[in-house]
Amino acid sequence: MIQRFMFGLFRLSAVINGAALVIIVYFLGVRGWRAINWTFLSQPPTDAMTKGGILPCIVGTISLSLGALLVALPVGVASAIYLNEYARPGKALRLIRLGINNLAGVPSVVFGLFGLAFFVVLLKMGVSVLAGALTLGVLTLPVIIGSAEEALRAVPDTYREASLGLGATKWQTIRRVVLPAALPGIFTGAILGLSRAAGETAPIMFTAAVFYTPSLPSSVFDEIMALPYHIYVLATAGTDIEATRPLQYGTALVLIVLVMALNLVAIVYRARLQRRG
Amino acid sequence: MDNLLRMATKNLDFHYGDFHALHDVSLEFYDQRVTALIGPSGCGKSTLLRCLNRMNDLIPIARAEGGVFLDGRNIYDPKVDVVTLRRRVGMVFQKPNPFPKTIFENVAYGLKVNGNKDKAFISDRVEQSLRQAALWEEVKDRTHDSALGLSGGQQQRLCIARALAVEPEVILMDEPASALDPIATQKIEELIHQLKKSYTIIIVTHNMQQAARVSDVTAFFYLGKLIEVDNTKTLFTKPKLRRTEDYITGRFG
Repeated sequence: MIQRFMFGLFRLSAVINGAALVIIVYFLGVRGWRAINWTFLSQPPTDAMTKGGILPCIVGTISLSLGALLVALPVGVASAIYLNEYARPGKALRLIRLGINNLAGVPSVVFGLFGLAFFVVLLKMGVSVLAGALTLGVLTLPVIIGSAEEALRAVPDTYREASLGLGATKWQTIRRVVLPAALPGIFTGAILGLSRAAGETAPIMFTAAVFYTPSLPSSVFDEIMALPYHIYVLATAGTDIEATRPLQYGTALVLIVLVMALNLVAIVYRARLQRRG
Repeated sequence: MDNLLRMATKNLDFHYGDFHALHDVSLEFYDQRVTALIGPSGCGKSTLLRCLNRMNDLIPIARAEGGVFLDGRNIYDPKVDVVTLRRRVGMVFQKPNPFPKTIFENVAYGLKVNGNKDKAFISDRVEQSLRQAALWEEVKDRTHDSALGLSGGQQQRLCIARALAVEPEVILMDEPASALDPIATQKIEELIHQLKKSYTIIIVTHNMQQAARVSDVTAFFYLGKLIEVDNTKTLFTKPKLRRTEDYITGRFG
């Protein structure tokens, strides 16, 4: 009797979870779909952002997320390889893991401030795609390390044994057997990292994104607009907030569809891997 | 006929951390002979096998003392290159473990990591090794298919081909047929008969009948000590020690 009650409770919480997502998407969809059309997606904003489109935001978000991945992926995978294949248990290892875990827990806005102080000011990059991508890269690093390590751990030790038994060195084993076998898992982690970076607002507020810029970026040192920041800007600081309301919802809808699409790719790919493996 | 002494251990002691796994083991392995290591679970036979190609080095708390010699040279000498050692002393594992690659790539793997780049040479060696492992006829039309599509017995023969490709002198087999069905097991045993003409083979098996069928010399281990070693026929029909007799008659296991 109690078991059935508990199962009911669990099912209810799962339903609430799923329902929350459906409600959010529905809410945004109903209010924002009218704003979505080809102009919206391919033109920059006009008339003090009450009309036009969000092309620069889309370009900006894509540049930032890909840039973040470019930074986080090599460093993250290399770290994961070190941690999983080379590191010996001991104080140094514990310290490194502590560092990574703490990095994962740093609030986004603190990343933003760090990015401002370090990349924008100290390294004199200015408010730019470069500074933003680097800041987002640091933020995405723990995500990549976590999923890459998981992927490496999932590679059976029997492969490593077989390789070493044939006279391969440790690095050859990693490069020729372990890494290729772990690649699908690493790829999934990369997609998830990408979707995380795409949605972050605080880290890019001080480091890359601006209220408005008249042209698309021509170099990594340019400022850009971005989807999450644009939502914030339209909803709080625009000249006519009510008039831009549909645009806000439209932008939000585009962002959430982007993020969901990325996550869906990762989830489906992972499910196919698990079925095959 | 005098066979060449290929490998030997001399007063070998082995520890996993505090656990004393091998006690003062001295044993000789001759060319063109199959030596079987038998004994109950935990007696140290697999540990000994893994000392012969230093696979135990992978375990941080493992420690070997005493000598293990390949062609008269102590393989535990710090100047010895473990990578080269493992090319000369190959290993086939209990559970077939082909790489998630094509059949061809599996057999070619050892050659490639050794720096071979000559495609013609590699291709030839792959075919040669697959023939030696009695697998060529079955896979010759699909060497570029995934190795994971083969049956268990075929995968194990593939692993043997893979080990043969680098032209070892010694082949270590850790219960090579224990994960296979009787027909596949028979094929492996026939293969061992063929291979011993050209290699030194050392096989660990928990299956006494297999040891009797396949080996020339049998060494019986118990609790990390070498109890008795003799010609297989003699050991199984006229064992010298009581404990040996008890084991092979199944009084304990």
